Amino acid sequence: MREINFIDAIREALDQSMARDGNVVVIGEGVPDPKNIFNTTKGLQEKYGNQRVFDMPLAENGMTGVCIGAAIRGLRPVLIHQRVDFALLSLDQIINNAAKWHYMFNGKAAVPLVIRMIIGRGWGQGPQHSQSYQAMFAQVPGLKVVMPTTAHDAKGMLIAAIKDNNPVVFIEHRWVHHVVDDVPEDFYEVELGKARVMRKGSDVTVAAFSYMVFEALIAAEALEKLLGISVEVIDMRSVRPLDTASVIASVKKTGNLIVADTAYAFGSIASELITSILDDCFDVLKKAPVKICSPDFPTPSSPSMTKDYYPTPKTIADAVIKMLGVDVGSKKLQILMDAVDRKGLHDIPNRDFKGPF
Amino acid sequence: MLRIRMVEEELANRYAEQEMRCPMHLCIGQEAIAVGVSQALTLEDKVFSNHRAHGHYLAKGGDLIAMIAELYGRDIGCCGGRGGSMHMIDQSVGFMGATPIVGGTVPLSVGSAWASKLMNDGLITVIYFGDGCFEEGVLHESMNFAALHKLPVLFVCENNDFSVYTKLELRQPDRPIYKIAEAHGIKSQKADGNDVELVYQLAERAVREIKAGSGPQFLELTAYRWREHCGPDYDDHLNYRTQTEVEVGKQSCPLARYEQQLTNDGDLTHEMVNELARNIKVEIDLAFATAQAARLPNLNDAMEHQYA
Repeated sequence: MREINFIDAIREALDQSMARDGNVVVIGEGVPDPKNIFNTTKGLQEKYGNQRVFDMPLAENGMTGVCIGAAIRGLRPVLIHQRVDFALLSLDQIINNAAKWHYMFNGKAAVPLVIRMIIGRGWGQGPQHSQSYQAMFAQVPGLKVVMPTTAHDAKGMLIAAIKDNNPVVFIEHRWVHHVVDDVPEDFYEVELGKARVMRKGSDVTVAAFSYMVFEALIAAEALEKLLGISVEVIDMRSVRPLDTASVIASVKKTGNLIVADTAYAFGSIASELITSILDDCFDVLKKAPVKICSPDFPTPSSPSMTKDYYPTPKTIADAVIKMLGVDVGSKKLQILMDAVDRKGLHDIPNRDFKGPF
Repeated sequence: MLRIRMVEEELANRYAEQEMRCPMHLCIGQEAIAVGVSQALTLEDKVFSNHRAHGHYLAKGGDLIAMIAELYGRDIGCCGGRGGSMHMIDQSVGFMGATPIVGGTVPLSVGSAWASKLMNDGLITVIYFGDGCFEEGVLHESMNFAALHKLPVLFVCENNDFSVYTKLELRQPDRPIYKIAEAHGIKSQKADGNDVELVYQLAERAVREIKAGSGPQFLELTAYRWREHCGPDYDDHLNYRTQTEVEVGKQSCPLARYEQQLTNDGDLTHEMVNELARNIKVEIDLAFATAQAARLPNLNDAMEHQYA
């Protein structure tokens, strides 16, 4: 197998989709610029020309509408925002037109549109460069919302999103961009709306979204190794459709559920997932489900304020121990917490990161 | 024009029966713009519109029965009862869709023109909107992109001086609307939208030039809305406009004016108009009867087409 990172997986998905279908076009603020949307669009304009790949005016709402109009006519646009926060300017077009067009015109037209949005974190991104609005988009019927976590799924799900005849909000967490895993060179799809069990376990189910999957895996590994606690980690991958069936299957086995999300707690997709589980298998739950989210206030910029802002593997490990009610003793707990501690600076995705954005 | 006027008047007549249960924005008084512009288009050319779309839809050749049935919420309606009056569509004649969020379809029309350019299909897209749309950012975003990429789109502004009950002078500074479009680098003209021949001449030339690669063009066409913003009635008792203004507005009736012109030229007689009206009446009555006889969709129907 071949290992590449999430960024190269995204670029390969775009490249292969454009090569196969002349109707695929890629636009966004910065698409062909020297930074190429964190290198995810590098080389595309050189290969496919400035009619299919170009930088767009700073008109997020208007250009979303332009992409919708083009999609109705048969193009398959991929519109890219370097931050989720910029896409908020286009809510009218996304909600009133993209999500509704197929339904309100009785299935007579479709809007095959992919909107990539990137969640920022760390390096002082601040209140307007770090928001996670997957739940808000997921509330809109007619949209699909996905959040791939691995490079393998980034490629397969982006290809599936481009081939999908519906508008797909494709959310990437900036901190999964450097994840490396096995990515086939073939043109393949990963079905949208399906979760994936990342680690099997029998004591607690942790259903996680996007970057929180990695935090959950770190916690799960340490819990297993040091305390013999077996945690099942599910990468939800999609937000709408939400794969509740996979979580139900897991909870029927473990009886315990923790949901880890990248968004504010209030009205989050974590809340929605827990509600679904309560509806469907209340009787198998041993304890009340727990959600782990960002605090209910905006993300500050200063590293001294973000240090304890985001939930970490510690938060998850702590929640698992509390849920199981095991008395591990203070010494063992300290060893565990040391094991799951992210050593070094907290506000960078990896040791090589030096900013500036 | 006569057909559109008669359809709209029949809708107004029957609205009080409470069988058409949706907001309705009639275009009585504004027919010449839709007719003049549509005359310059081929069947394949594309059109997007707004909440006051009946005239645009019918002038482009939209199916009358599907339109009336939509207003009656029937399954054979152009949206199967999902849209109502504010959501007209008939893609078989290039009428791509109308929606009621002001400015909402403007970028879609530009996107359609972008698709035409990439697909090199030689088609033009027309977008109809009102003077109020100039207050929406998305219009300027759309014009900027259309001009930048020289897209085959004709922007048609129907300036009827009102946004609901609020006059233009209370919403925009005293400057010509068409000059703003011009400032976007778009060839722009202003003309009397009650003169159907003039509208056609301007549209015909604009369409020809756009198809030859001129890039987008803009027409500001003045019009007068006779009836209330939304609904079948006259609303002059609300005193948001003077009776004199309404009378003056109605004097520029595009139908009366064109009939007079054709009669003077010896191309039309009163009998010919009556004959035309009789035939249209038969068509309209049949459309209403067909629409009302059609099935009312239920919740099961409503659950279809959630995803493509």
